[in-house]
Amino acid sequence: MEILVCIKQVPDTAEVKIDPVTNTLIRQGVPSIVNPFDKNALEAALQLKDKHGGKVTVISMGPPQAKEALKECLAMGADKAILVSDRAFGGSDTLATSYTLAATIRKIGTYDLIFCGKQAIDGDTAQVGPEIAEHLGIAQITYVAKIEVNGDTVSVEREYEEGYGIIEGKLPLLISVVKSINEPRYPTIKGTMKANRAEIPVWTMADLDVDEQRLGLKGSPTQVRRIFTPPQRTEGVIIQKDTAWESVAVLIQKLSDAKII
Amino acid sequence: MAIKVNQEECIACGACLSVCPFGAIVMQDEKAYITEACTACGACVDTCPVEAILREEEDKVVAMDKSQYKDVWVYLEVGEGKLRNVGLELLGEGRKLADGMGQSLASVLIGHNVEGLAQDAFAAGSDKVYLVDAAELAQYNTDSYTATLFDLISNYKPSVILMGATNDGRDFGARVACRVGTGLTADCTGLGIDEATGFVSWTRPAFGGNIMATIICPEHRPQMGTVRPSVFKKPVLDYSKKGELIRVASKIKQEDMRTKLIDMIHVCTVSCNLEEAEIIVSGGRGMCKPENFSLVEDLANVLGASVGASRAAVDAGWKPALHQVGQTGKTVGPKIYFACGISGAIQHLAGMSSSDLVIAINKDPDAPIFKMADYGIVGDVLEVLPILTEEFKKIKSA
Amino acid sequence: MNFELTKEQEDIRSMIRDFAEKSVAPTAAERDEKEYFPREIFDQMGELGILGLPYPEEYGGAGSDFLSYAMAVEEISRVCASTGIGLSVHVSLCSWPIFHYGTEEQKQKFLRPLAEGTKLGAFGLTEPNAGTDASAATTTAVKDGDHYILNGAKIFNTNGGEAEIEVIFASTDKAAGLKGMSAFIVEKGTPGLSFGKKEVKMGIRSSVQREVFMKDCRIPAANLLGKEGQGFKIAMTALDGGRIGVAAQSLGIAQGALEQAIKYSKERVQFGKPISSNQAIAFKIADMAAKVEGARLLVYRAAYHKSHHLPYSKEAAMAKLVASDAAMSVTTDAVQIFGGYGYTREYPVERMMRDAKITQIYEGTNEVQRMVISGAVLR
Repeated sequence: MEILVCIKQVPDTAEVKIDPVTNTLIRQGVPSIVNPFDKNALEAALQLKDKHGGKVTVISMGPPQAKEALKECLAMGADKAILVSDRAFGGSDTLATSYTLAATIRKIGTYDLIFCGKQAIDGDTAQVGPEIAEHLGIAQITYVAKIEVNGDTVSVEREYEEGYGIIEGKLPLLISVVKSINEPRYPTIKGTMKANRAEIPVWTMADLDVDEQRLGLKGSPTQVRRIFTPPQRTEGVIIQKDTAWESVAVLIQKLSDAKII
Repeated sequence: MAIKVNQEECIACGACLSVCPFGAIVMQDEKAYITEACTACGACVDTCPVEAILREEEDKVVAMDKSQYKDVWVYLEVGEGKLRNVGLELLGEGRKLADGMGQSLASVLIGHNVEGLAQDAFAAGSDKVYLVDAAELAQYNTDSYTATLFDLISNYKPSVILMGATNDGRDFGARVACRVGTGLTADCTGLGIDEATGFVSWTRPAFGGNIMATIICPEHRPQMGTVRPSVFKKPVLDYSKKGELIRVASKIKQEDMRTKLIDMIHVCTVSCNLEEAEIIVSGGRGMCKPENFSLVEDLANVLGASVGASRAAVDAGWKPALHQVGQTGKTVGPKIYFACGISGAIQHLAGMSSSDLVIAINKDPDAPIFKMADYGIVGDVLEVLPILTEEFKKIKSA
Repeated sequence: MNFELTKEQEDIRSMIRDFAEKSVAPTAAERDEKEYFPREIFDQMGELGILGLPYPEEYGGAGSDFLSYAMAVEEISRVCASTGIGLSVHVSLCSWPIFHYGTEEQKQKFLRPLAEGTKLGAFGLTEPNAGTDASAATTTAVKDGDHYILNGAKIFNTNGGEAEIEVIFASTDKAAGLKGMSAFIVEKGTPGLSFGKKEVKMGIRSSVQREVFMKDCRIPAANLLGKEGQGFKIAMTALDGGRIGVAAQSLGIAQGALEQAIKYSKERVQFGKPISSNQAIAFKIADMAAKVEGARLLVYRAAYHKSHHLPYSKEAAMAKLVASDAAMSVTTDAVQIFGGYGYTREYPVERMMRDAKITQIYEGTNEVQRMVISGAVLR
């Protein structure tokens, strides 16, 4: 089975802090990581490969530093990694990103399954996966929490607001996964060493069959107009009485004073 | 549009470096350079003290004739034969946008035997309802719903489409936008009209809620966005209102649907529909063991609330993943959020920071959750919860 | 001179740190409390290749070097010193003598599963009356055809009873004293091999040290490691390497305590400001940081020497002496910075302080290290 996994290198948003004075993001010292959901996607791909054989190729669009993220995927057990990087891709929104990644996938040629994480933690859009599927004209199943492949039939559990749906589809298929699908494996020492020595090919605009007008900022219908930090919450009321009874009584009083109850 | 640095003017003060939310500016040889991580947000343009950073207008790609597109549409999601709340919430917001733009507000209703729901849409302020009702559309399906909404857009050309940022809304919203070739702003928490241009301005959190971005879609139509449930208030329903029902025939055939819903497993109804919940009671590591989670559920029952859980509680196996609130779980915005024995890791805060009111119970007075809380009780959650449940019971029965 | 790690060493370090933080740290306090030996963590380290880190791939190892291995012990010990010493004993004291002195058959049969992590290793030298003075050992091995028959007892046997493979030292020629000592590979399950009580300790409580008894324990003659009479040399060279492991463990403990102290001192507010803004605290942290960094250089250099087949006996002794003293002093200072909270089990620094003490004692007490160092420099 030929499996592709789309990953993104993201700043670890848990480490992002706001400078209280300038009210701007402090990016210094914030580590770049593989988007956590994409690791689940890779793990799902690796498990299918372990079971059914085949090859797992990881692709990412990003600046040259994104090679580090791809290396981590190789260390985890991916067979091949491709970085798609070009200044012309800069400023892409989800439409331009998915267009570029779809062109990359077309160049790779054969695939049975494409895996994505449900969303990236920096942008949280959850759009690139479905848009890649649309560009390629293949079916998709998003928010997948369990996968079984039988011949060319794929059966999944898809997460809904109130539960799970069992959905079936045929290969080729794009699947986006949620965190609960698996626990991503650690890279092994050997894998880490192998990944360190691996040459990761970098494909540029010239390598892809693309319309330049549809790339990067130019190819992005949406534009960021303004960035601001959300207003800080006002200081809350902290209740610390000798007994739980007293604390609760104070809380109820305050809630009713504030006409919340 | 792109951001350029006038190298001759740049004094290498570094002011732009610290304001760039994307880390897209580097200093080389005492000059600022914009890297490909730039999204042209313009944060640096306003900051540069010597006006060395400019927003450069590039040749506009004329994508489409925008004048043909008018009206504000709201996609109404149907769940268990009823309209999901988010659709009604969006009709309230859509009404404001439509009035502001001097256009009509229309609803899109897709499904089977859903005509009756059009009344709710009119009651919530919709001028028109586009109804596509067919047996093939009884269940949500990516392919059939994408094709149906795409056909409607092609034929009726709306200027704006609002959809709920639900699992289904985000599943086919992106596909529709891509098929139309327009922009889609995901998971918005604020909507408005950009004064200068008249475009819809979509505001959404990014970087785990650390920053907000306002986004526009200037040259493409329709302007599309998914909006987080529970952010906006449901309008008061006025069933005396009438509107125009436009029935559109479905073109969907069974074989168009490449995926098939075999079965639906309802793990829960109210208790884990966190996205639409008005009140959520969440438990975390401080609950100590799975049995204690019943204390959280008891309070939720009394309040008619949904039950949430922190990642720690889910990882420990105390609650299924569907209940997880936080960056890797669900993003919620209830009126009241109870955080019980949750320390408040940033990942958790990212998932609940848009709650209107936060009440936290934790034994550690320094727990970060208290920074987010409107009311906090410092104490043993296992002691506090049963008392709190009793008190609310009394208030309810009074 | 080059103080930079290679990209590969950096990547291995960050991979192990990630593993340590996600899979070792969360249970460290509980394991300490319950004196629980985490075989599952060792199994996982085996799968990841950590248990065979410095050995060649042909013997099931990962094919990396001893500096990477030292960093692995450091990173694991940074969050759990008990797991750190188990790793060190497995790699340095059990696997290494087989790698260095074993025959090809012995390497395939014993080193491979050790390096692949399917079997765990231990090292039996110390006896009730033979600690620092190995010559007082009384365990004997008598050749009987194709077998040796072992009789005697070992104590403080790290990983003992959990390990499938033990390297055990016994005298094949009492009259020859230390020159009559030989090394044997003994498999768990061998009739006559049994384990006694588990020590209840002050620190490294989730690591096991057991008594080992051999009563007419027959092992194949093919399990003799090296030659008869070579045992003492094997033990001493293994301990030289083991000292790098303990030095790395000490370094990890110290690093962990330093990080805890830095974090706490910036968060803890007294008199309206973080305690880190008091010079008394800030200077203490400065001293701690300097001690940690000094120890690190010695530990890495000793590991570098071992990787590059340079003499490392003195270097390992110096690293162990300095790093273990640093661990003791840095953890004590960390508890002091935490104040009353530091003395409670709410925070990990008291565990680190308890764990640190043993590093000054085992793998040769620090007095023994001074003997080794003075012996080398006064030669």
